[in-house]
Amino acid sequence: MINLTPQLTTQQLTDPMQPEPFRVKRVMKESYDTFTLEMEPVNSERLFTFAPGQFNMLYIFGVGEIPISISGDPNQPAMLVHTTRIVGAVTKAMSKLKTGDVLGVRGPFGTGWPVSAAKGCDVVLVAGGIGLAPLRPVLYQMLAHRDRYGKVVLLYGCRSPEDILFRKELEKWRARFDLEIFVTVDYGDSDWHGNVGVVTKLIPKAPFDALNTVAMVCGPEVMMRFTAIELQKRGVQGEAIALSMERNMKCAIGLCGHCQFGPTFICKDGPVFTYPQLQSWLAQWEI
Amino acid sequence: MTLNTNSSTKYVLESTDFQQLIDVLVGIGYRVIGPTFDHNAVIYDDITAVTDLPIGWTDEQDAATYRLSRRSDEAFFGYVIAPQSWKKFLYPSQVRLWQAALSNGSFEILPDSEKPEPMAFIGVRSCELHAIAIQDRVFIEGEYVDPTYHAHRENLFIVAVNCGQAGGTCFCTSVNTGPKVEAGYDLALTEVIDHETHYFVVEVGTERGQHVLEQLPVRTADKREAKLPKTITDQAAHQIKRHLNTDGIKELLYTNSENPRWDEIATRCLTCANCTMVCPTCFCTTVEDVSDLTGQQAERIRKWDSCFTMDFSYIHGGSVRYTSKSRYRQWMTHKLATWIDQFGTLGCVGCGRCITWCPVGIDITAELEAIRQTKAKGETIKEGSDENIG
Amino acid sequence: MRTLDELLHEHEFFKGFKPEHLELMAGCATNVIFEAGEYIFREGENADVFYVIRHGHVALEIHDPRRGPIAIDTLQENDVLGWSWLFAPYHWHFDAKAIKLTRAVAMDGKCLRTKCENDHTLGYLMMQRFATVLADRLQQTRLQVLKLYD
Repeated sequence: MINLTPQLTTQQLTDPMQPEPFRVKRVMKESYDTFTLEMEPVNSERLFTFAPGQFNMLYIFGVGEIPISISGDPNQPAMLVHTTRIVGAVTKAMSKLKTGDVLGVRGPFGTGWPVSAAKGCDVVLVAGGIGLAPLRPVLYQMLAHRDRYGKVVLLYGCRSPEDILFRKELEKWRARFDLEIFVTVDYGDSDWHGNVGVVTKLIPKAPFDALNTVAMVCGPEVMMRFTAIELQKRGVQGEAIALSMERNMKCAIGLCGHCQFGPTFICKDGPVFTYPQLQSWLAQWEI
Repeated sequence: MTLNTNSSTKYVLESTDFQQLIDVLVGIGYRVIGPTFDHNAVIYDDITAVTDLPIGWTDEQDAATYRLSRRSDEAFFGYVIAPQSWKKFLYPSQVRLWQAALSNGSFEILPDSEKPEPMAFIGVRSCELHAIAIQDRVFIEGEYVDPTYHAHRENLFIVAVNCGQAGGTCFCTSVNTGPKVEAGYDLALTEVIDHETHYFVVEVGTERGQHVLEQLPVRTADKREAKLPKTITDQAAHQIKRHLNTDGIKELLYTNSENPRWDEIATRCLTCANCTMVCPTCFCTTVEDVSDLTGQQAERIRKWDSCFTMDFSYIHGGSVRYTSKSRYRQWMTHKLATWIDQFGTLGCVGCGRCITWCPVGIDITAELEAIRQTKAKGETIKEGSDENIG
Repeated sequence: MRTLDELLHEHEFFKGFKPEHLELMAGCATNVIFEAGEYIFREGENADVFYVIRHGHVALEIHDPRRGPIAIDTLQENDVLGWSWLFAPYHWHFDAKAIKLTRAVAMDGKCLRTKCENDHTLGYLMMQRFATVLADRLQQTRLQVLKLYD
């Protein structure tokens, strides 16, 4: 079983329910409904160390707080980076933030992707939609220590060509010889010359050695279920597949009860789990 | 007065001296909380005098039934348990976690400086002691500590009172949480009342308890009196009518998420959340972030929440548990199965409140049994049909 | 230059076919090449062929009068293109366009249908292979219609 405990010791939080103010340094529009915020602490020189896969609770003053995974580079802890899609009141308010505005941050919380367990293995990242955001730190980490891993493959599916996140970065990475990137969209227009179809379709042909692969999967739950099945068909061991789960969260420290999924608390036992930890529960409705 | 400090020694406190217990606790600086008669119910609230106790009252409890009636005696603790548990003091239903104010283009968190008053509970039943121990595991003994609970709990003085009778919805004997108090108290009392006498057998659980006892006009209990806590709680145990069969309980529920009984329960369950509000171990909360009209001040309020609401499992797009079937299943499976994986114990102490306060009288013990039986029936049908094929 | 049955032998779809079956198949095969942008077939046309793609990239499209062509699936090396040749009335349901230079082997449908009728072992094998392809495509399409990322 791969170990999902973050390799980095997270900062001891004085009161884990108190947000710390962070100032927005840059806002980047990723697509019509998705944006990235880069931010720095207002009152301290705190370096925001985190493990790829961990998340923060982001607070908009007087509006509310939601869990969002960290999408930045773990080797650049001076800048905290989050990528979010507008889905509700808080993310809507967040989308209106400008450079210089302040928001609250609690974290980092939760387990991380099995980045160190993947040493010496091929790595396949399967992302669906906004699920690419929590996997981006893994790519940064692997590119910073490229010699530690075998093949590194990203399979990324999204709605349409307009929804592709981090497009420039993906293009830059695609040009590298040591990174394989395959993108597919559900529906393509006449300008789209790439793949069309669901992301699981990319798995049978992707270049990795299934018996020596660690897979990290993030996207809608249905997509993750089918991805895990397809990866196993290819020969990847269930134990070598990690998934990142999402549920309602209020506290992020295992006390509010909202994020329970079977016996687990997604916030502290996850969000990253191995497939066998979740398998029996994923098949059930309304867990 | 000097007392024998052997912890197994028991003492006798006359009912006429009971006021002194309250006074000593008040004198030490405790906010004293105990049972009292209010709006035709026994509720736990602030008390200052013996006369605040529900003297001579008892409670009749059954599925969806609670009423008080007069006893034939003047017992102080002649009821079983209050509708609300002690949870409302240790983990209040609404707490302000912090306030914040905008300043210099940023915001500043203003922590609440209010220091919680030390509390003394009088009248904690054995099942309730177990419930507190269970919440200790959740709020104090895990990776993260809840500061509010911890602060209340650290300074808590507990005077437990053994059950002299069982309620109609009790099933503590099924889950080994009573009726006799065994641990987790500072002082434990057993009320003894008959025509001539009315006194309390006192047991000491801690040094703090010893310190309080030393300020009370007690005498050492004789051999007969020392046996009374066991005799009386044994009598109460024999009155218990309900039984929760815990054999293989976790596996039973883990393998029965699609049992047809859940659908049947859903036809009755109103998802009113009463069971979760009265449950002494249920710990779920939500937070509300609010601001004043000027938008300059904000605060975060934490409130009790319930897995029976639609909002509870809401993620963008909808609620994960959108049927009442799945919400009841979540609650019961959490109490009796997943809790074991999470915290090493059941999340149920057999207090029976969820049965009493369910407006349609859903009984967790009966439903578990129904699931067990439906499962058994399902297996029989399967075997039978195989035979027919053969 | 490789023979047609060698080309078929290398293709994923024909993996495990016996040499005699491959030889029979090769009798119905033609080597074809499509330029980028070229339509391989159009909706409604007679479907008397299927393609085993050797290299390239093909989009299956539906034309919508308001939105223009919408790509609903793409196929590549080692995929097969087209199954309408198997079922009456043998008409294409979509447009297929090469989006890159595409090399394929075209299999004559009529010829294959006759051979499958004459040799049911071969017919069963073909049906089995196509059923697998159809099941995979159906499953993928089901996921696609869920609009998971909305």
